[in-house]
Amino acid sequence: MQAETKTTIDRVAGANGASISVLRFTGDISSTSKDSVLGAWQTVGRTGPVLLDFSKVEYINSSGIALIIQMLMEADKTGQKVAIFGLTPHFQKVFTMVGISKYAGLHKDEPTAAATL
Amino acid sequence: MTKTTGTSVEVRLPSRLGFEKVAMGTAASVAALMGFPPERIEDLKTAVAEACINAIEHGNQLNEKLSVGVILSASDHELEVKVVDNGSGISKQPPAPDIDRKVHGEEDPRGMGMFLIQALVDEAEWVHDSKDSKSYVRLVIRLDKENE
Repeated sequence: MQAETKTTIDRVAGANGASISVLRFTGDISSTSKDSVLGAWQTVGRTGPVLLDFSKVEYINSSGIALIIQMLMEADKTGQKVAIFGLTPHFQKVFTMVGISKYAGLHKDEPTAAATL
Repeated sequence: MTKTTGTSVEVRLPSRLGFEKVAMGTAASVAALMGFPPERIEDLKTAVAEACINAIEHGNQLNEKLSVGVILSASDHELEVKVVDNGSGISKQPPAPDIDRKVHGEEDPRGMGMFLIQALVDEAEWVHDSKDSKSYVRLVIRLDKENE
């Protein structure tokens, strides 16, 4: 019933030429996504900036939001910058409601998000 | 527009995570037939999904022998959704989530379902029916909200 979560990791160059890790999610982000989401997060270094790409995600529930908060907890410990893009307008609203936008900027597309890191 | 006033639709879900999407889809279909705008339908989908997840996880404790009832009732100006489980209900509302406390590890990163439900619908109430030993959350979205 839940669409499997797949996470791929890319590296792109930021505005100043620095390397940015991009976690690209596909499928649902829910309680069953823990291994995919947090597993990918653990493979990314703890210092460089990270983009989270939700452009191929249709369903996110509160358990999925909790996984995103867990990533932000880790990032906060080391001062790592995180930005988010590709959310639907509805989930931009939800992420803002729960306060995620305080710790990770929400952007409409990858170039805009990358430019903030 | 299909006539929906006075219509009731009922769905029974197994207490298995993932099946909340069946209720989401049904609620979205009924709301669309009633003429709700897409953004309100998205709000409803999330609220219904979170209500069902709470019913499956906490109300029915993931016991697949128990089902979650989802009853949608359409009237002229509103859609009411009741999500019914076999649990004992909630004793008190949890506090609103605090993102700073969550990010700093002082609060469980989970526990946002009820907050989202209340934030996304026009009315939400949690009721325990001791006579039937069932509990339900009742959600309402109103058609005229967009004109307020």
